[in-house]
Amino acid sequence: MEKKTLFDKIWDAHVVSKIEGGPNQLYIDRHYLHEVTSPQAFAGLRERNLSVFRPDRTTCSPDHNIPTLNQDKPIADPISRNQVDTLMKNAKDFGLTVYGLLNPKNGIIHVIGPENGYTQPGMTIVCGDSHTSTHGAMGAVAFGIGTSEVEMVLASQCVLQPKPMKMRISVEGKLGKCVTAKDVALYIISKMTTGGATGYFVEFAGSAIRSLSMDGRMTLCNMSIEMGARGGMIAPDEVTFEYLKGREFAPKGEAWDKAVEEWKKLPTDEGAIFDKEVCFDAADITPMITYGTNPGMGMAIDANIPTIDQIDAAGQISFEKSLSYMNFKPGEKLLGKEIDYVFLGSCTNGRIEDFRTFANIVKGHKKADNVTAWLVPGSWNVEKAIRAEGIDKILEEAGFELRQPGCSACLAMNDDKIPSGKYSVSTSNRNFEGRQGPGARTMLVSPIVAAVAAITGKITDPRDFV
Amino acid sequence: MREKFEKLTSTCIPLPIENVDTDQIIPARFLKATTREGFGDNLFRDWRYDKEGNKIDSFVLNNPTYSGSILIAGKNFGSGSSREHAAWAVAGYGFRAVVSSFFADIFKNNALNNCVLPVVVSEKFLQEIFSSIEENHSNTVTIDLPNQTITNNATGCSEKFEINPYKKDCLLNGFDDIDYLLSKKEDIEAWENKR
Ligand code: SF4
Repeated sequence: MEKKTLFDKIWDAHVVSKIEGGPNQLYIDRHYLHEVTSPQAFAGLRERNLSVFRPDRTTCSPDHNIPTLNQDKPIADPISRNQVDTLMKNAKDFGLTVYGLLNPKNGIIHVIGPENGYTQPGMTIVCGDSHTSTHGAMGAVAFGIGTSEVEMVLASQCVLQPKPMKMRISVEGKLGKCVTAKDVALYIISKMTTGGATGYFVEFAGSAIRSLSMDGRMTLCNMSIEMGARGGMIAPDEVTFEYLKGREFAPKGEAWDKAVEEWKKLPTDEGAIFDKEVCFDAADITPMITYGTNPGMGMAIDANIPTIDQIDAAGQISFEKSLSYMNFKPGEKLLGKEIDYVFLGSCTNGRIEDFRTFANIVKGHKKADNVTAWLVPGSWNVEKAIRAEGIDKILEEAGFELRQPGCSACLAMNDDKIPSGKYSVSTSNRNFEGRQGPGARTMLVSPIVAAVAAITGKITDPRDFV
Repeated sequence: MREKFEKLTSTCIPLPIENVDTDQIIPARFLKATTREGFGDNLFRDWRYDKEGNKIDSFVLNNPTYSGSILIAGKNFGSGSSREHAAWAVAGYGFRAVVSSFFADIFKNNALNNCVLPVVVSEKFLQEIFSSIEENHSNTVTIDLPNQTITNNATGCSEKFEINPYKKDCLLNGFDDIDYLLSKKEDIEAWENKR
């Protein structure tokens, strides 16, 4: 029998047809949709006089433009408000499920999909958003698409995509002290570079990956796009089933048992061939931080920024541009640098485990006076859990305040913008120039490093602190 | 129906920076429109204009000695988000093709869906184009889609480039993926019924 990878099994089972010399026509099980990348797709449907082909397969939630304070009031920025209103109207006109502002199921689309049980192993999942790769953590083939493709999915429940190549990235061994899924992601991206997995769909494997919780796996798969991969995924196992069981849209009763039986057949067959295999040793991974303006520019938190002679010739212009934007010098350390903002949240680190981790560290300490901290749950469900577990109390005592769910400071589309020139220690996924606000200087880190920075007011090695 | 793409000869705009990401191509704060128009005005916004909205003279798009409908960009162009707005901005500014030694996947697909041809060339060929343009800003490049060749007219050197035959057909004939999928609805239903 042919040996197949996890990716092959799911992809091949969803190919409706293969176009001669062209892409595959791929059927999509679940389609997520937010307000930024969808208006032009709905406009396209209207122009062509089309309805949505399978309305029950699309779920919508506004997240990018929403304020994280006073959500009961109308959105102040008229353009943001218009984009959110447009989504609400489009969903209604085309008969789609939408979780609008203050709906208990509202939140960042990549957080609410898994937590409500919409995302399941073996599915094909798309969204007009590159971080759709998050859902791969559940053992699904999930990837971001453009707005023209959003229109295709709405119109036909299919996309046209060439089948990507397959890569397996294995991390073996035990993760060290203060090393989280986020550090694993930043470490892998720093080794692979931002274009290193372009053209590939990545399966993460190995004992270190297996040891991650579901929330941690989502953090890792979320960031697979940052090395250029089409998506990232992890084979479903007991951790996956345990997470999914009982969630609202997950199968129930007999259907559950049958589903689990099928899902257990998904993992990569022994001896299946990947186009590329990369292995890392968990022992080499330390708490990480980025020093530049792409997520590949990461290093161990106690390391020195590279010097110019360590950068290959073609990359030197970008390297210098990047450091000048950050106002860092080649060869210097980041440890001890004063910071201005801390952001805990986003589809990378806005889940309950991230808040537990953060709270564990700040418990009994006080937020540093020079730090403005924005703590933003990924969804109302996360917010509810934070309150139920008493995490809000711990945070409050340490001088932190909880905001309302949304994408927030992950990208500068709502009110939460980091001011120009300020240093932001952020648990989000991108440190591009201007990503958190024009002129904002972002350093990507784990919730542990963020928490330690928030109470010490500077970049601090968490291993010395915890 | 969209504009057809066959053969294009044009002067070029050089952007010899690597890893130009979608947040640079079109910053997030300009993603709030609900139509496809107007994004070209904000292409490379934060490199083109300062905080007060004044033109930054040193940026290539503000240098009147450069013009043309071909953008020549450093390696790994279009990385980052899946925003098709990046492709709309590139198309809206008037580019018909982007030449680089490497593109991010989603950008490539989005560009093709908006009749902007991404042309992948070797790093050596790319650097030669940059040199030719630097020598003389009015040097041209020719992209021949039917024959899948790109020529640096200053040196006369050509290279073959890859494009998948289906996408090539779409560009040459000006039809798009949605036209194709709509013609397949019955097959999709049949597939759903037998899964
Ligand atoms: S949290 Fe950030 S990365 Fe995630 S969907 Fe929102 S804007 Fe995109």
